[in-house]
Amino acid sequence: MNALLTRLGGTVALGAFLVIPDVRAEDTLSAGDTAWMLTATALVLFMTIPGLALFYAGMVRSKNVLSVLMQCFAITGLMSILWAFYGYSLAFDEGGKFIGGIGKLFLRGVGVDSLTGTIPETVFMTFQMTFAVITPALIVGAFAERMKFSAMMVFMALWLTFCYAPVCHWVWGGGWLGDLGILDFAGGTVVHINAGVAGLAAALVLGRRHGYPERQMPPNNLGYTVVGASILWVGWFGFNAGSELAADGVAGMAMAVTQLATAAAALGWMSSEWIAHRKPSVLGIASGAVAGLVAITPASGSVGPMGAIVIGVAAGIICFFCATKLKRALGYDDTLDVFGIHAIGGIVGALLTGVFAARALGGAGFGDGNDSMAAQVWAQGIGVVTTCAYTFVVSYVILKIVDATMGLRVSEEQEEEGLDLALHDERGYIL
Amino acid sequence: MKLVTAIIKPFKLDDVRQSLSELGVQGMTVTEVKGFGRQKGHTELYRGAEYVVDFLPKVKLEVAVDGARLEQTLEAIRDAANTGKIGDGKIFVSDLQQVIRIRTGETDDDAL
Repeated sequence: MNALLTRLGGTVALGAFLVIPDVRAEDTLSAGDTAWMLTATALVLFMTIPGLALFYAGMVRSKNVLSVLMQCFAITGLMSILWAFYGYSLAFDEGGKFIGGIGKLFLRGVGVDSLTGTIPETVFMTFQMTFAVITPALIVGAFAERMKFSAMMVFMALWLTFCYAPVCHWVWGGGWLGDLGILDFAGGTVVHINAGVAGLAAALVLGRRHGYPERQMPPNNLGYTVVGASILWVGWFGFNAGSELAADGVAGMAMAVTQLATAAAALGWMSSEWIAHRKPSVLGIASGAVAGLVAITPASGSVGPMGAIVIGVAAGIICFFCATKLKRALGYDDTLDVFGIHAIGGIVGALLTGVFAARALGGAGFGDGNDSMAAQVWAQGIGVVTTCAYTFVVSYVILKIVDATMGLRVSEEQEEEGLDLALHDERGYIL
Repeated sequence: MKLVTAIIKPFKLDDVRQSLSELGVQGMTVTEVKGFGRQKGHTELYRGAEYVVDFLPKVKLEVAVDGARLEQTLEAIRDAANTGKIGDGKIFVSDLQQVIRIRTGETDDDAL
């Protein structure tokens, strides 16, 4: 999103002194930018189905493998429709500092000719739609193996409305966090802290799975998980480099730092585990890669390559600690570590963005109105704390309301039988 | 006639089969099984959650032999399946009352 402003500024400055035939004025479509954003949008959708769906499905027990795939797929459908009905308008139409307007309800005015910067608004709207799909889908990992499918659909619809759309508007839609000069290039706050904290609320409201943590609950197929993590890694180039909304130098740097941070985090988690448990594991290195992708997300438009590597290493080590030690110490059952990886990784990334955005550390500079590292880290901290607090409270209330009206959890008998058979009359493995 | 039931390490199956074939054993039945003895299980670790797996995969081999060939059969299995490490398995020998070849109706030693 920074690109739009930079480009407009540059165009005006150049235009004042030179006559350059192909200088792009405002509201002129760029074929190059559009081609890249069409591709990036497809990449981000690919992150959810099949990427995230497989990443999660491999980690649950064999009796619940389909339920997780189903949840991710159904969320993809539901969020896409709701985004077109009102989500896009609430997030991106001009409105107040807290929530957007209703001028684009049912995609009114989003036509073949409307532009957002240099790309068609249809592409911008669909690109943002894929973010509104993956963010709720991330929460699935926290309540996996025990939530009613019907309750999940209702919770997700409410969550998009009252958590995702407002926070998205705060940061990217002209809201109050954007005004603070917060740096959240691709969604550390909007996507990962938001989803991770909602996941913690869901894990607390639903309670632990029966038998947790005494009973053995081994993953059914870590091969799926590795395939899913790899798809996420590839798809994330669309997520981060696409968040520039243009095919330019910032997008190129976003791609480079995404690769480096992810590589560093994969190695960071693997090494931590190697030291702590004496063996490196496949689940560990895949989890580390995802932690790195999460952490570089807010930073990907503002840090340099070496800063990215530091962010990656920090995310790998800290998320390893949170997913393996902290969760057990505190006793909550966040099934697939949505809080430990997405919220914690998002917080690590958001705060370190304030550090490594510094030009002295190879970054692209601080956000508007922040003239020092301390000011930027402070702004990042406000973003982190307010998002955590807002999302936790609102998610908690939504979950309690859904629980009181239709019940959140399946019966103990259904949980024992497995959600695949109990809720879908299907089995993942017919052997 | 004796029924020899051997529980062995899966990767030793080919060696055992080859030794028995060299003795002239005409057939055998193999089943993939799980169990534990002195070897115990192993532990698995997923994001810090440690699981103990008690039952280890083994192969169960069943061979029916003429009483006169029992000793050499047992020796062949022992030699081929032995790694010298804990978990090599066990051999059980039991009396066999009757054998019938379904296709021809031959019985006992003729059916082996």
